[in-house]
Parts: sequence; structure tokens; C-alpha cells
Amino acid sequence: MKDQHLVTLTVNGREHELVLESRRTLADTLRQELGLTGTHLGCEHGICGACTVLLDGEPVRACLVFGVQADGREIRTVEGLADGDELNDLQQAFSRHHGLQCGFCTPGFLMLAEAYLAGGGSADPGEVREVVSANLCRCTGYQGIVEAVTEVAARRREQAAKAHD
Amino acid sequence: MLRGAATFVEDIPRPHAHHLAFVRSPVAAGRIAGIGTEDARAVPGVLAVVTAADLGHPSLTAVLERDEFVPTSMPLLAHDRVRYAGEPVVAVVAESRYVAEDAAERVWCDIEECDPVLSLADAASTPVHPEAPDGVLVDLQMFADDLLDESLARAPLVLEETFRSGRVTAAPMEARACLAEWRDRDEQLVLHCSTQVPHQVRTGVAQALGIAERQVRVVAPDVGGGFGLKCVVGREEVVAAAVAARWRVPVRWTEDRQENLTAAFHGHEQEYRVRAGFDAEGRFVGVDADIVCSVGAYSAYPFSCGVEPLMAATELPGVYKVGRYAARARGVATNKPPTAPYRGVSRPQIVLVMERLLDKAARRLGIDRVEIRRRNTIAPHEFPYTGPNGITYEPGSYLEALERCVREVTDAGWWERRAGGDGLRRGIGLVNFSERTAYGTATMGLRRMQMTPGFDVSHVRMDASGDVVVTSGTCGHGQGHETTFAQIVADRLGIRPERVKLRQGDTDLVSFGWGTWGSRSLVIGGGAAAVAARTLAGRLKAIAGELLEVGPGDIELADGYARVRGVPEARVAVEEIAATVHFRSHTLSRHHDQLLEARGAADPPGMFSNAAHAALVEVDPGTGDARVVDYLVVEDCGVVVNPTVVDGQVRGGVAQGIAAALYEELTYSPEGQPLAGTFMDYLVPTASEIPPVAVHHLQTPCELTETGAKGMGEGGTIGAPAAVLAALNDALRDCEADLDHIPVRPADILRVLTTGTRTEREDTA
Repeated sequence: MKDQHLVTLTVNGREHELVLESRRTLADTLRQELGLTGTHLGCEHGICGACTVLLDGEPVRACLVFGVQADGREIRTVEGLADGDELNDLQQAFSRHHGLQCGFCTPGFLMLAEAYLAGGGSADPGEVREVVSANLCRCTGYQGIVEAVTEVAARRREQAAKAHD
Repeated sequence: MLRGAATFVEDIPRPHAHHLAFVRSPVAAGRIAGIGTEDARAVPGVLAVVTAADLGHPSLTAVLERDEFVPTSMPLLAHDRVRYAGEPVVAVVAESRYVAEDAAERVWCDIEECDPVLSLADAASTPVHPEAPDGVLVDLQMFADDLLDESLARAPLVLEETFRSGRVTAAPMEARACLAEWRDRDEQLVLHCSTQVPHQVRTGVAQALGIAERQVRVVAPDVGGGFGLKCVVGREEVVAAAVAARWRVPVRWTEDRQENLTAAFHGHEQEYRVRAGFDAEGRFVGVDADIVCSVGAYSAYPFSCGVEPLMAATELPGVYKVGRYAARARGVATNKPPTAPYRGVSRPQIVLVMERLLDKAARRLGIDRVEIRRRNTIAPHEFPYTGPNGITYEPGSYLEALERCVREVTDAGWWERRAGGDGLRRGIGLVNFSERTAYGTATMGLRRMQMTPGFDVSHVRMDASGDVVVTSGTCGHGQGHETTFAQIVADRLGIRPERVKLRQGDTDLVSFGWGTWGSRSLVIGGGAAAVAARTLAGRLKAIAGELLEVGPGDIELADGYARVRGVPEARVAVEEIAATVHFRSHTLSRHHDQLLEARGAADPPGMFSNAAHAALVEVDPGTGDARVVDYLVVEDCGVVVNPTVVDGQVRGGVAQGIAAALYEELTYSPEGQPLAGTFMDYLVPTASEIPPVAVHHLQTPCELTETGAKGMGEGGTIGAPAAVLAALNDALRDCEADLDHIPVRPADILRVLTTGTRTEREDTA
């Protein structure tokens, strides 16, 4: 008999009940069971970060987490960033700063940056560079990615300061 | 892309597709004594366990039509012999990738191991292919010059140097992947494939399986990077096609990263032994090069293993007047994965060689390193310049780029930073080079490949609403072709680029094409689109002329209108012309049964972009750690169609060049086992290792191309290794450093700092 479990995952605000084999990764669960193919697999050993998603708000490598480990937890993927047709500020900044070429690593960078920004990340380009060093991109040389995240960090901090006043 | 809505091969839904897993050779070289598949077949969910014999021993053979070339076949699955660790031997077809991998572990291969060939030195001991007993698959003696030896003997300074570059790989973020399915309705095999060359994959599949080209449709959906790794045909892709055709089930294959690093295609493992003579003023009098490329176990299809040696021998002189020149270039078979034309193809190495020679000569002769370059560079008044390598160089901004680069570096305060004083050593590297791009048939024909690429075609058609679809035989994957091709076509039709959509990457949609590689797409594919758009523009003008009752020569296309030159109010909207042609052709004097479509082709000879690069590196003398902290590029790719796209290509290329100079290398144990199987061992740089790159543009319009543009996809990767290596040697200037290899590791730097002598890599070809 297969070793299967009934789990409940909340993905981008929507609840899903699934029967999963223990060894099925969260990445395969999202991609194959839920059809959320925006989460890409670049190395399947936790280095490249293309599969980064947010698990209860924290960035994780979806290739290193089993689907069953996400039982009862909230997951956010790249598909949850835009508001309908409207790209969010970070997605728009990636486009403006040419932060993507082939686009394969992009979802992972977006989710990594989203977590950084949600935590009130600084707009210091050096710090941003260090944060995005968690993931690999082979096309861009990273410059557009660093610029995009830095710009959004500055703007979100500005907005937060205004809201605070 | 930004929403997660892109469609890479793995994203195509096929809920009931089977999955392939390959059983690969555990050893570098050996004879297959037996294969056991029974246990694997017994695993629930396994459809088939496939050996070469089951498929009828199909193979791919790349041929160079030269006497100096030994053709060898690459079997889709190894039989009889295995030639590198990681070579596919058995394919397991199962209901999921999990089950396929479970079953693959139950296959046994009995292999009688033999000593592997890892370098030229042991190539003849146990030849990789019996057809080439000396281990050499291609041996080219080019531009022989009887007077070269004499010139070198008389030269005041002769350098005899050896340069080496390590084996690297493209490592696109999306590894290789395919989805093969047989469609009864069309009697056709449809192969979705992450490739740069859909038509060449079609030919490879058709030839290997012995079916007609029409029976194979190859579709490249979104492709997650290629850099040359995907401009050759992978045997795994053909196996997937064979399985889908035979068992009539959809089959997926998704390469994992370990396979990608250890069993796909590599490149750039080369050694140059060079004699270079200089006169007392530092001018070259002659260069004699002996080049060895470790091409791996097979000649990759379709372009063959001649790609690296031919490129190296032909183009070594670069932007310099070398006097007399001769080169021998060999491709040596080794028990390592085959090589593909990875970004740059020999030019990162030849630029490194030329720039190191000049820096060494400058030091020996006491000449400033910029000045020695001025004296050797082809000057503006010398274009078109024909070198001893038989190449005629069209105008470029070689000297201007160099001078501008020096000025920018000086203005940016690099020389002050170089002086340091904080315990870190700093050095500046300055290099100047050209990049031949967009090789057309005339140039490719000289290589004598059995399949000679060069031209490309495009089809532009306007629908009844005035929107345009342009198809191209090129196949972009991150180079922004959707943007640039739309710009090129829209400019000629006087409409907004948003109204033009590019379609590519489908062999049923595009009649033929050579794909995207070799810095060719915007120039050749974009040139073909420009030709087609111009023809279509002519047709629009003719119809507008009739509607406006003037001659077509009086019509101009702009702002979405065809209007009478000088009488802007006399105009008709392009949409109106489109609707008239499609729906109201009876109102026109003649029936436009050609509708609004046109074909175009382009086949330029190949042209030289050029660039000067500068790198500023910091070396920590305590740890030997080297970092590139600033980088500057002055580049000239002719008319820039889209500066954002060009800058992105340059920066990404520079990152790969820095990677090759300092971080990445596929090393092997003495037994031929790969030592870099993950991204923990194969160090693709992160944002922390890649500095911001300033890009400045010069524009020497190209007279050989439709758009005035020259190609530029590889220049970043070509210049960066030389620039970084020069900067490292400069940072160690008081140690008499003579680092002549890449990648340079911290241990190499520490050795220079502790012994004060030149270093050599020990573990190479």
C-alpha cells in the first residue's frame, strides 16, 4: 500500500484538501496536484531558489519541503502576487528594471523579495544584493533584480512612514 | 513570466503522461558485459525498460566534410561501450517520475571498466573511438606560413606561453526537458522541447528514427535559458520521441540538475601553446598557436566537435594585426560528456590569450599596456582590413572603444582605488576585442559542416483588423525578441509595436529556421523580418495609393496611417486598408489574393561587433579570495535596436564570464568521475559575486545588415574572463604574477603570494 495522507493546504487564500504520498514534495504538489506551475524547479537540491514560496509568510524551497509538512499551513506562490490583471509593485518593478530575461528564476526571486519586503526590508542596495544572493539567475547578471527590489523597498518604506504619520 | 503564467515544457498539462528516467553509466569508460532489467520491469507502474537493442540501435552522427575530421556516431543509448560517467544506457518509462526513478535503481549494468582518457596526454593509450586511434577527432592546420618561423627567429622578443581554461557548462536555470506524444490524427510525433533549435531537433529526430520530417513537429514553448547547451540535439530528447512513437503514450523527460551538470553538454576545456614574436616597439611580428580542445566523448549533433577548434584557429588574432599567423587546432576525444557551443565558443579563450600576450609583452618591453594595444589594433583607416587568417573585417570602433574605456575608468576614479592602502590588493584589467556575430551561409560554408546554417526566414502577415503576426525561424528565450522584432516590423509599417506579435519555435508554424545561437537572431531573423515588412509596406502603399488616387511612391506609412507625403490630411488608416483588402476587394482595381503577407530572408556574411572591457578586482592577501568589485563595458554592436535588451545581454554575459574566470569548473577525479554534481560544487555566482556593470554604447552602423545592427549576445562572456585575469595579474603585480589559466582559485592566488612565482593548474588537459 502506498503511504498516503489527507492534508489541507491553504494556497493563495484558497483551501485545498489533498491525498498525498509522504515523499511528494511541496513543489510537485503545487505544480501537479494544484496546477500552479509558476513555481519552477531549477535544481531540486535547495540551492537555486527558483521554487521559493512563502510558508506561513517565510520563504522556503518548495523542493525541500514535503507536501505533508505544509498540512494546515498557509502557502503563497507567485500566482498570488497580482491583483487580477494588475501586477503588484514588485512585479512592475521587475519589468521596468529588466529584472528578468528567460523568466524561469523570476517566480523564486519575486517570492524571496516579497518576504524581505513584507518584513520591512531596507532599501540599501548592498543589503538587497545580499538577500537576493539566496537565489540564482543565469541571464541577467542580477543588476535589474537588485534595482527593482531596492526601488520597491524604498517606496514601501515611504508608504509605511506616511501611513504611520 | 511575472505572474507565474509562463509555459515552460514542464508546465504543459498532460495528466496521464508517462515519465522517463535514465540509467546512466557509473564509470567513465568500459565495455558493457550485461544489462539486467527484470527487477525494474516488475515495479508496479513501469510501462517499459528500454535498451539500445529495443530501439534498434539508433544514433546521431554529426559530420564535418573535411579529411582532417573523423566522423563518430553518438548512440541514443550506449551499447557495447560506455564513454563517460553519466552516459545514458537504459531508459525507464513509468507512470510518474517517482516510480521511474525507483525502477531505474533496480536496473543493473555489468561494465568491464577500463582506464579513462581525460586529456590529450593519454588520448592515444585507450582511444575513446577505435575510428580515431590517436584520440584526435579533428586536426586542423590552418594558415600555414613558411616564413613564420624565420620571422619569429628574428624577433627581438618571443614569448612562448601556455594558456588553459577549465571545463564549464551553460547551466541554464531550466535544465533540459521535453514532452513527446504521438498524434494519430496527424500521423505525427509532437515533441515539445526546451531547445534553441526546433528545426534541427526535428531533423535529428527524423533521421535517428528513420521517419519523414513532416512526421515530426517540434515546439519550443518558453525556454528557460540555453546559452548554447540547447542548440544541439540531446539524445534523451530523441529517446523520448522514440518511446512515444513506439508505445503511443505521451512521455515526459525532465533533466535533473545532477544530470545537467554531469551528463549534458560542456565546453571551453582548452589549452593553447603559443609562440608570439614582437618587435622592439611591441608590435606583433607573428603568432603561432597550437590549440587543443577537449571535446568530450562524442561529436554533438548537428554542428560537430569541430566548432571550438575551428573558431579558435580562425579567429585568434581578433582586433590585432599579428603579422604572420599559423595555427593548429585539435579536438581530442576524452571520456567526459560531449561539448556544445557554449556562449562565447573559444572566443573567451582566444581573447584571454591575445590580451595576456600583450600584457606580458608590455611588461617585458616596458611599454604602457594601453599604448601597446594602440600600436597593434587595426586602425580606422585600415578598414576593410584583411588579416593573415583570411578574414576581412568591416569597420568597427576598436581604438575608440579602447580610448573611451580608459577614459571612463579614469573618470570613475579606478586608478586611485587601485592604489588601495587598506590591506587589500587591487588590480585593473583592460581588454579590447571583437566578436564575430550572425554567421551567414558564406562564412559557415567555409567550415564544411554537413549541415551548414546561416540564413533565416520570416513571414509577416497583417490580419483584417490591421494587427500583424511575424514568424521567425530564430527561437528566442530571454533575448527580448518579442520586443525587438515587433519594433523592427512596426517601424517599417508605421504602426505601434504593440500591434505586432512574434510567433516562433514551432516547426509547423515556421517553414524552416536555424534557431537562436551565435549572436544571430536580431541580425538574421530580425533582418528577414525587416525584408518581409518592407515588402508588406510596399503592398500597403500600393493599395493606399489607389484609395487616395496617388502613386505608391507618394505614400508614407506613419502613426498608423498611410498618408500622402506633404499632404498629411490625405490619409487612410492602416486598419482601413486591411479591412478593404480582406472584405471589400471588389472595390479595388485588382483582386489582392496575396492578401497582406510577405516573406523575407536574410543571409549576411557575418560581422564583427567590438567592445573594450575593464574589471576592477580586489584580492584579500590573507585568504586569496578575489572579487570583481566594479566592471565597465564600452561596446559597439552597430545600430542599437533596443538599449535595454542590449544592456541585459551584456550584463548577463559578463556574469557568465566572471563565473568562468573565478568560480565555475567541472573537475574530474583521476578515474573520470565528475566532482561537480550540484550547485554546491559547480559555483554559479550569486548577486554577491557579480558587481554592477556600467555599459556604454558606440554605434558603427553595419552596412552588411538590414537594420544596421550587429549581433551581440556573447560579447559579455567573451571579454570578461580576460579582463578579470588581467586584473588579477595586475593586483599581484609586485609578485611577478603570471596567472595564465581560468578559473583562478584562492589557492592559486595564495601560491603566487607565498612563492612569488607563476602558477599552473595541475589537473588539466
